Amino acid sequence: MTSPPSSSPDVHPLQRKLAILADAAKYDASCASSGTTKRDSRGGQGMGSTEGSGICHSYAPDGRCISLLKILMTNFCQYDCLYCVNRVSSNVPRARFSVQEVVELTLDFYRRNCIEGLFLSSGIIQNPDYTMEQVVEVARCLREDHDFRGYIHLKTIPDASPELLRRAGRYADRLSINIELPTDAGLATLAPEKDGLAIRRSMARLRVHIDDAKGASAEQKATPLRSLPATNARRAEAPRFAPAGQSTQMIVGADAADDGAILATSATLYGAYRLRRVYYSAFSPIPDASAGLPLAAPPLIREHRLYQADWLMRFYGFAHDEIIRPDAQGRSLLALDVDPKTAWALAHRERFPVDLNRAPREMLLRVPGLGVKAVERLLAARRVRRLRAADLSRLHVPLGRVLPFVLTEDHRPTRQMEAMPVPRKPVQTQASLF
Amino acid sequence: MEHRRRIQLPDDTDLDAFRRHARALVMAGVAPPDVEWQVADDSAVDLFGAEDIPLPPATDGPAPSPNVPPDFIALCRSVILHRDPGRFGLLYRLLWRLQHEPGLRHDPLDADMLQAERLAKAVRRDQHKMTAFVRFRTVAAPEPGGPDLHVAWFEPEHHIVAATAPFFARRFANMHWAILTPRASIRWFPPHDGEPGRMEHAPGARREDAPPADAGESLWLTYYANIFNPARLKLAMMQKEMPRKYWHNLPEARLIGKLSAQAMERSGTMIEQPTTTPARRIRHLPIRADDTPAPTTVLRLDELKAATDRCRECPIGQFATQSVVGEGPRQARLMVVGEQPGDHEDLRGRPFVGPAGQLFDRAVAELGWQRDRLYVTNAVKHFKYELRGKRRMHKSPGQLEVAACRHWLEDELRLVEPRAILALGATAARAILGRPVAVTRERGQWLEDDAGRPVLVTLHPSALLRADPQYGAENFAAWIEDLKQASAIAMAD
Repeated sequence: MTSPPSSSPDVHPLQRKLAILADAAKYDASCASSGTTKRDSRGGQGMGSTEGSGICHSYAPDGRCISLLKILMTNFCQYDCLYCVNRVSSNVPRARFSVQEVVELTLDFYRRNCIEGLFLSSGIIQNPDYTMEQVVEVARCLREDHDFRGYIHLKTIPDASPELLRRAGRYADRLSINIELPTDAGLATLAPEKDGLAIRRSMARLRVHIDDAKGASAEQKATPLRSLPATNARRAEAPRFAPAGQSTQMIVGADAADDGAILATSATLYGAYRLRRVYYSAFSPIPDASAGLPLAAPPLIREHRLYQADWLMRFYGFAHDEIIRPDAQGRSLLALDVDPKTAWALAHRERFPVDLNRAPREMLLRVPGLGVKAVERLLAARRVRRLRAADLSRLHVPLGRVLPFVLTEDHRPTRQMEAMPVPRKPVQTQASLF
Repeated sequence: MEHRRRIQLPDDTDLDAFRRHARALVMAGVAPPDVEWQVADDSAVDLFGAEDIPLPPATDGPAPSPNVPPDFIALCRSVILHRDPGRFGLLYRLLWRLQHEPGLRHDPLDADMLQAERLAKAVRRDQHKMTAFVRFRTVAAPEPGGPDLHVAWFEPEHHIVAATAPFFARRFANMHWAILTPRASIRWFPPHDGEPGRMEHAPGARREDAPPADAGESLWLTYYANIFNPARLKLAMMQKEMPRKYWHNLPEARLIGKLSAQAMERSGTMIEQPTTTPARRIRHLPIRADDTPAPTTVLRLDELKAATDRCRECPIGQFATQSVVGEGPRQARLMVVGEQPGDHEDLRGRPFVGPAGQLFDRAVAELGWQRDRLYVTNAVKHFKYELRGKRRMHKSPGQLEVAACRHWLEDELRLVEPRAILALGATAARAILGRPVAVTRERGQWLEDDAGRPVLVTLHPSALLRADPQYGAENFAAWIEDLKQASAIAMAD
């Protein structure tokens, strides 16, 4: 057992490094291994496959899935980002992997079927290009020397040279650059060496590369393949660039940005750079915290509400600025005791009840408790017959939440909307831990 | 009275046998309540009065067969792997009802259909969990000189082993492996000496047949113990995705209890600990996002990008990726001024590279100009847009924004000293001439700015892109005529 990282001499050196560098990587929430091109190891020399949806090979007691080997190349770092456990001014134990060690760990865990691949990040040592080169070399070695066909996610260092970004995209399925904080002002205060402009510029660069690679491969598929008779025609592979796109992570609760500012930033990131995901990471207490930070963590439920709101923007047709209304003090905060969709419905009672047999798809999606799949099924079913309340129970949707907002052949909300019971959850805060 | 029939299936996942029986029964008009389904190795439930039916022959070619929607077969393929003994009866009932109730195939909320989907979902989940939770351990090569063997022990809930094995054959095509389960085992032999890989099916095995933990496994346990964040204990969430029934075959699961118990203590300690001062001497890096105000004027063109990047004299800069400044030689004779960067320009950091820029390039080629001899810029240096869903829609800059940006354009004019200016569109024309300009009326004529420089005004290429495509060729030709006025200057040495 190696928690917290032990430095006793009887622990194998690789074991000690792994303990330190996994510990150092755990504050990055991203774990996805989905959305890349389909491929497998048949006809190759190595191992690995990706089949569309990701696989979570294990779950840690914090409820998070373990899909990729998530480690840092090193947790030595020259930057002094106050929220980060690996900042230069922190006293945590330090370690550094060699390229070969990371490659072998990845292959060994993969062979055991413990992981889908690698998520590699690093503290900044020497300079951004030197650091990025090490990270890219691991991916190159896995792909070229070992014909590894599993998933690779590389964290990109925004100040690294465009040529290194290009090489990273050739080997990786996904690239990510952490936006870190919702506003440039927050970044300037808490992460003085990081530069919002450089981060956005790198994201833009990645988007251009990803779009170009997609365009080239679509064009190639559209042009018919011509060949001489009796030759085995094969198409040259279109250039590959991070087929699973890019993502980012934002830390919530380390600065004063409210939820409205966070969602506005996310909406811009989705719109401008076509990010696949924005991860929200509730700032959590770290060992050896800096004096410049709040010691108390934001309630985990806030992070959960942000994910729910993010979902509403991405799949339910909500604009970022209609999800929250500013309060009397002008702060835009998501309610913690009720989910954002229900909160929106309660604030727009005039739009309800919604007639399940007539309402358009966009409005069905706004009914609390109805998910995208349930809505698709209701739409399909109502093409052949009239919907009744019993259909909802067959769908296994939370009736208590749905029924007050909908009309069917045989159901009409009995109580006045004003008296509608709002299912509120008691707010669990981080405080219950101490 | 109709007599009951008992169908004995050879194997509990034999979809083909089920289909042959079911097809024959439907064609013979045997209603679902009159059929009893059994699997060969089931402990025989004796039904009085039931008659055993032999397996109908496989049909070659088009045989009269019941009509089903295309995804029904896929549904059957999953449902049949479920361990529920009622699954054959359910599928037959659905098949029967599909023939007799035309509306059923369009009703995703039918009770039987939902039940079948629930079974299929449980099967797919079990299959997914198998791809996730199978853990291989390595044993020495069984044949001298052969490849090492990787063996896993797994206990699925449903009859999914044969159906899920191809996943492992794709993933570990070049590895020699075996998956042992209580009811069936699979062994994969990788390609060898030109022989393709092959899969071998064998009867069930016992847990003792699989190897115990090896030395390398402790690295995996180390990883598991350290990737977990004790400040965020969420055991219920974990158990939802990794139910206890799988724990006894997952090496890492034995750490869960200890890690959870320590979690509260550890996060408590973190919070109570006083903040510390760094033990090492720290070399502070130069800080980039400094507080010194951005310069408001530049003395060299290559300083323009950095200065405008941080310009916040109007609000649009903070929402853009970067500023986009002019591009071209300092000695350019003609300066081309557009409105503002668009989506493409904002992402690439270069002016006139989007669709409008490409149209401009077409005109440049047609006129015999060379783009790299022009200085091409915009009246406004940042992209102004409105988010609509996931798109950034171009929004025309307002007068205030044009005015705020004007001094950067003046810097460019001062440093390039063009002989003439080509203003594309109303925003550019207004920025340069300092008055509102009706482009459609004043296009194609030489005007003069305050400094006495000749200014040619014409449409912005995006106006041509927006116009009715019916007049595309006509509009383009007229636009070329306007631009031609500047040819002498654009091409002068």
